[in-house]
Amino acid sequence: MTITEEAPPRLVEPAVDAPVPRRRRRRLSWPQLILLIIAAMVFLFPFYYMIVGSLQKKQNTSLSGALPQPHNLTLHNYSQINAALKLGKALLNSGIFTGGVLLCTVVFGVLAGYALAQLHFRGRALLFAVMLVLLMVPFQLLMIPLYVLVVRNYGLGDSYLGMIAPFAINSTAVFIFRQFFMQLPPELFDAARIDGASERQILTGIAIPLVRPALITAMLLTFIGPWNEFLWPFLITKKQSLQPLAVALANYMSTVSSTATNPFGAVLAGAFVLAFPAVLLIIAFGRYFVSPDIGSAVKG
Amino acid sequence: MTTLTTTTAVRPEAPDAHISKVRRVGRAVLGRQPIGLLFGAPYLIFVVVLFAYPLILAVWISFHNYFFTAPGVAVARPWVGFANYWAVLQDAEVRQSFINVGVFLLINVPLTVILSLLVATALNAVIPFKTFFRTAFYVPYVTASVAMIGVWLFMFSSGGIVNHALGSLAPVPSWLVNETWAMPSVAIYVTWKSMGFYILLYLAALQNVPKELYEAAEIDGASWWHRFRSVTIPGVRTVTTLVLLLAIITGANLFTEPYLLTGGGGPNGKSVSPVLLIYQTGIEQNRPAFASALGVILTLGVLAVAGVVQFVQRRTA
Repeated sequence: MTITEEAPPRLVEPAVDAPVPRRRRRRLSWPQLILLIIAAMVFLFPFYYMIVGSLQKKQNTSLSGALPQPHNLTLHNYSQINAALKLGKALLNSGIFTGGVLLCTVVFGVLAGYALAQLHFRGRALLFAVMLVLLMVPFQLLMIPLYVLVVRNYGLGDSYLGMIAPFAINSTAVFIFRQFFMQLPPELFDAARIDGASERQILTGIAIPLVRPALITAMLLTFIGPWNEFLWPFLITKKQSLQPLAVALANYMSTVSSTATNPFGAVLAGAFVLAFPAVLLIIAFGRYFVSPDIGSAVKG
Repeated sequence: MTTLTTTTAVRPEAPDAHISKVRRVGRAVLGRQPIGLLFGAPYLIFVVVLFAYPLILAVWISFHNYFFTAPGVAVARPWVGFANYWAVLQDAEVRQSFINVGVFLLINVPLTVILSLLVATALNAVIPFKTFFRTAFYVPYVTASVAMIGVWLFMFSSGGIVNHALGSLAPVPSWLVNETWAMPSVAIYVTWKSMGFYILLYLAALQNVPKELYEAAEIDGASWWHRFRSVTIPGVRTVTTLVLLLAIITGANLFTEPYLLTGGGGPNGKSVSPVLLIYQTGIEQNRPAFASALGVILTLGVLAVAGVVQFVQRRTA
């Protein structure tokens, strides 16, 4: 009934100003906006509190402690955690671990993803089936046998290679790269082949530049995996000199922190150093931090 | 192996002018672009060495009396049938860990689905400082769990700011050492930590909901809530299923949070997770056979539940 009452004027409107209503997005009402602001504060508060807490001379857990107080500020916590963990070395270890994983994931993932999406070769269907199965088996099942193999059989405990190896190729990345390359028209590649371009040239000269924004997104998402990873490097690094920062900090939290003058202050200082690079990346590359558009290609 | 050597003989970049017989045969056997085999090879080798072999080894260990020995010492590791599996199924701690995962899912799944969909809808509307808001919700997701756990320990300790704010309403003993609150605390922490990722998924899905549906609903005079229920929720169904699947996998794989946040699955095993048990039994207590059997059971459980979820989703689609 409301349709018959409201429809006529609405039908006239678009004729006058056609593209606008279609593009128009809803505005939030004031109460909705206030709720959103409160939610955003809930999400940001722990991060903010981490910074405030890491600068406290004397631990202040009361409500007023949530605001920085000039007489209670110090950088001592940072030097304390630096002395305990050798932050530079720990950050370097995190960097090598993350860099290695990122490099392998992108290089091998792009190669396999491109082959699965655009090349016709025997065994492609099998490779794809293998990948789909791997997507479903959790890493944790492999924890014990990988520990046996990497640490005991291959002797790679306490080494960068042992840290990187299990993450070097990631089936999710292969799957996502395949979806990126599926969206490119095959005719483009056939044309290049007719012009005499090699498959390697087609990949590096045509396919990769076309999916560059998506690649940056995938690299961002891949970065935070190893940078934040705890379980595997924790299992295989016993020497502190090889531990990534996440592992060193976790060990500090569960064992030595009680000896520090302001244990939480030192932990929070370490936490800030660990969190900062990832947050900085997300602020710098925020526009690339979107969901890889895999929905459209999954159906095909 | 023979197929790989042929690949080099029929390089696809050879000029098209003289398609030799060799090449035609090669194409028939290997496909039009045999170099694809080469591109896929690193992935395949990785899969065999670091995936298939460990997977088989995990199953093998779970059926044998396996334990770690000093390097180079040969010991008999006899076949024990399902003995390890029986031990796992009769273990009280294991049962508790699966109950804990259940508690986790009961809290995590509804909270994640409802809150991330609401936030994504709000972020999809016209709002000031859009980038700031989006970044705010992604910050916990991109930050290392170890770092954020440090802050939560600080906030939720017995003398922490949360209990200061709650005053006499604060639970005794405090959240993370309280038998009732330990697992819900882990669940709320994980919900908060990973919601950014789910908001990201829902935002992408919302872009694909046809605008015409909203316009039609508006013309029909549907309220905000009506539009949300009849257009938005059905429109993002596939993502909701994905969220459910990922939440189940997350729940089954919890390790860092019970290990650090509640001090090794405490109090009294009330927040212990299956993966934490795999670590404790397999590596700390040198019972890899027990741990492997638990891993196999956990994986089969996850696959079964995931299968049911997908089946139901297809049935009701």
